Amino acid sequence: MWPFSQKKQLELPDFWWEYEEHFKEKLPEGVHDNTFVVLDTETTGFSLTRDRMLCIGALKLLDNNIVVKDSFEVYIQQDHYDSESAEIHGILKKSKKESISELDALKQFLVYAKNHILVGHHVMFDINMINAALKRNGLPKLKNKTLDTESLYIRTLLISTVVQRKDRYTLDDLANKFSISRKDRHTALGDAFITAIAFLRIIEKLKPEKIKDLLR
Amino acid sequence: MKNTISERIADFLKNYPPFNSMEAKQLEHLSLEVVIIHKETNTIVFSENENPHQYFYVVNKGAIALSKSGSSQILDICDEGDVFGLRPLLAHESYKLEAKAYEETILYAIPIKDFKPLALENKRIGNFLIESFASNTGNPYSIKHRGKLYGVNTEAEQYSTNKILDLQPIKYSTDLITCKEGTKIKTIANKMTQYNVSCILVEKDNLPVGIITDKDLRKKVATGLFPITAAAKTIMSSPIITYPKELTLAQAQMAMMKSNISHLVLTKDGTTDTKAVGILSKHDIMVAVGNNPAVLLRAIKRATDAKRLRAIRHGIMNLLQGYLDQNIPLGLVSKIISELNDASTKQVIQIALAKMEEEPPARFTWLSMGSQGRGEQLLNTDQDNAIIFEDVQEEKLEATRSCFLKLGERISKMLNTIGFEYCPADMMASNRSWCHSLTEWKKVTAHWIHNPGPEEILLSSIFFDYNVTYGDKSLADELSHSIFDHARKYPQFFTHLASGALQNPSPSGFFRDFLVEQDGEHKDFFDLKLRVLMPIIDAARVLILSHSIKSINNTAERYEKLAELEPNNKELYLACSYASKALLKFRTRQGLLHNDSGRYIALDKLNKEEKIKLKRTFKTVKEIQSLIEVRFQVKNMLR
Repeated sequence: MWPFSQKKQLELPDFWWEYEEHFKEKLPEGVHDNTFVVLDTETTGFSLTRDRMLCIGALKLLDNNIVVKDSFEVYIQQDHYDSESAEIHGILKKSKKESISELDALKQFLVYAKNHILVGHHVMFDINMINAALKRNGLPKLKNKTLDTESLYIRTLLISTVVQRKDRYTLDDLANKFSISRKDRHTALGDAFITAIAFLRIIEKLKPEKIKDLLR
Repeated sequence: MKNTISERIADFLKNYPPFNSMEAKQLEHLSLEVVIIHKETNTIVFSENENPHQYFYVVNKGAIALSKSGSSQILDICDEGDVFGLRPLLAHESYKLEAKAYEETILYAIPIKDFKPLALENKRIGNFLIESFASNTGNPYSIKHRGKLYGVNTEAEQYSTNKILDLQPIKYSTDLITCKEGTKIKTIANKMTQYNVSCILVEKDNLPVGIITDKDLRKKVATGLFPITAAAKTIMSSPIITYPKELTLAQAQMAMMKSNISHLVLTKDGTTDTKAVGILSKHDIMVAVGNNPAVLLRAIKRATDAKRLRAIRHGIMNLLQGYLDQNIPLGLVSKIISELNDASTKQVIQIALAKMEEEPPARFTWLSMGSQGRGEQLLNTDQDNAIIFEDVQEEKLEATRSCFLKLGERISKMLNTIGFEYCPADMMASNRSWCHSLTEWKKVTAHWIHNPGPEEILLSSIFFDYNVTYGDKSLADELSHSIFDHARKYPQFFTHLASGALQNPSPSGFFRDFLVEQDGEHKDFFDLKLRVLMPIIDAARVLILSHSIKSINNTAERYEKLAELEPNNKELYLACSYASKALLKFRTRQGLLHNDSGRYIALDKLNKEEKIKLKRTFKTVKEIQSLIEVRFQVKNMLR
């Protein structure tokens, strides 16, 4: 046993223990019995060490339904700021939107996400960003299972060596393919919504019976 | 508190009644309560007699079909922005209709408890609801129903429900307005005005002897030729032309054209010696042709956007259903439907071209491949297409290609909108491997012919059924010549193509049982396309190509041509031609029944007769397979 681990764990705040508690429950087997948390983050850049999250958007998907009121959108106060990326997401440092501290945002997100499967486009980027933020605040990494819509989309395409296939598919590619309006592109919740619709359409194509078919 | 998604919902709803009469604040509040529901094709939103939900629905994307359960007749299709399932909630009744996703659909479910107070408070919303329930339609403001309210038939209606065909008996008016030979013209005119008819029948001893139309009154009375006090006999057209009442639309049109008249008198046995039973006017025909191919074709050519084309294509599906119900020969049906599919694609290309910022930089040809190329695409299946453009200078090649890729992307997106699914293997003109200059295409096809691996054979089998849909036919002809040149120099290609045709698994097992799929999404279903259709289609292709014939793509026609070219195998080829038609019809029926591509068949849903019919074709499949095995010496290659 690592000598300090015991002590360190004791310092974790209550909301983390509550979050961990959810993982004692097993996920339902059927795809339609599972709640999926579809998320997207807006960040100041792509560096895990230097850059920070500005916004987390997420919504819940259960049995093909999205309850609009039950969606998640927080803006985060950050000192680090990069004017270049502001051109993409349009979040200015002194934005009029109400913003909260990073710790509060993480806390609210953990309460929202529980043990549900996290879905995102290039989801590992968002997960790593959140994990980096958790680490800064002295917390362990996320424990949720994840699904990436890019790799799921590639699974819907036929495998053929002769027909050229792209290696990367952006969220714009998917939105285009599935005729999803790109109006709110580059707002966290807007992107999460596009991802959610793409996810639903991919599920219809893949027709998995059990949740483990998706997670493989 | 609003969020990004609720803003988007409000943004959508505000364009459609009754939400367009809400205040922004109210709508914002309501949008937050919405549940977004994704419905897969053919899933049920609510069924007949189900208790009302907490929500009513607005279609955001896709389409919902409303029907009485147990009948395949669709009563209404709710499109983007249409509201449905509201009346039962307000009336506290169970649902009267079944609502089913006609295609993949996104719905906004709006809770009635939040909507009702707004409806009671806002008079314009109240009026909308009253009007929509009174007219018994989903949306009284929509163009579709304007016709119903004002008694004028509109286009949209014609496409949706009736399925009158040119080979079907026609409806005629049975309320006959008659007079005697001695009736005064003034009395006749009054009577015609009173009953609002354009002609009157003159009878003698209860048998028809003549007819007087508006035209007679104009030409013979208003000109002063006869006074209004003259008798009917003096101005009537006689003898009259009579027909039996079992007249089909096509016959009626012919009859009117032949005699240059606008009214036909129908009698009991079709002669003037029996009682008149009805009058058929040109107008009756006009109403009936609402769903005939010529009218649809004209509508396609007039369409200026993809949305309009989509509505017309619903009409095409109705037409198809009708044709199959009437057992009209499939050769004819597939010709008509392919013609309409082709016209839709052509129109899409024209619209896309008009929307491009610049003229295409070179001459080009749009090829349809696969089932559309063969003229066998009855249902909306995948789109397979390619572009050939004329050779340009080396340095301009990539710029030219990127321009055509852009065009290809636009066209395939619009085709998707009107109902052709994207090709899952991405064999579309928007993919750079399917968008080449003539010289490049010659190289690509030559490569396939000289290096016939399994992939190349698969690609050639899809590509070599190409058909010109739009553009310069000479480019495609030149490519065909090049293909045959190479094939002649390398006859082994046909052996490989033939072995490709033998690759598909057999349809039946040792005991003549159907072999069903063992695993995957379609476990225990019978794969009609892979196990029966493809072998017949593939065999036809290799045989006809070995005769260097490119002009015939349709499988049934290919076999007919083969029967002509090889009289000694005539019987087998004709059996194949028949089988390919029968199978296509089978697939189409199944597809229409389940609103899918008809490829996979649940065997337990088939009746005995259908199973026997299907099995009968298996024998033909085996025979044609052994013919190509021997002819192209496939065994030698496998050794």
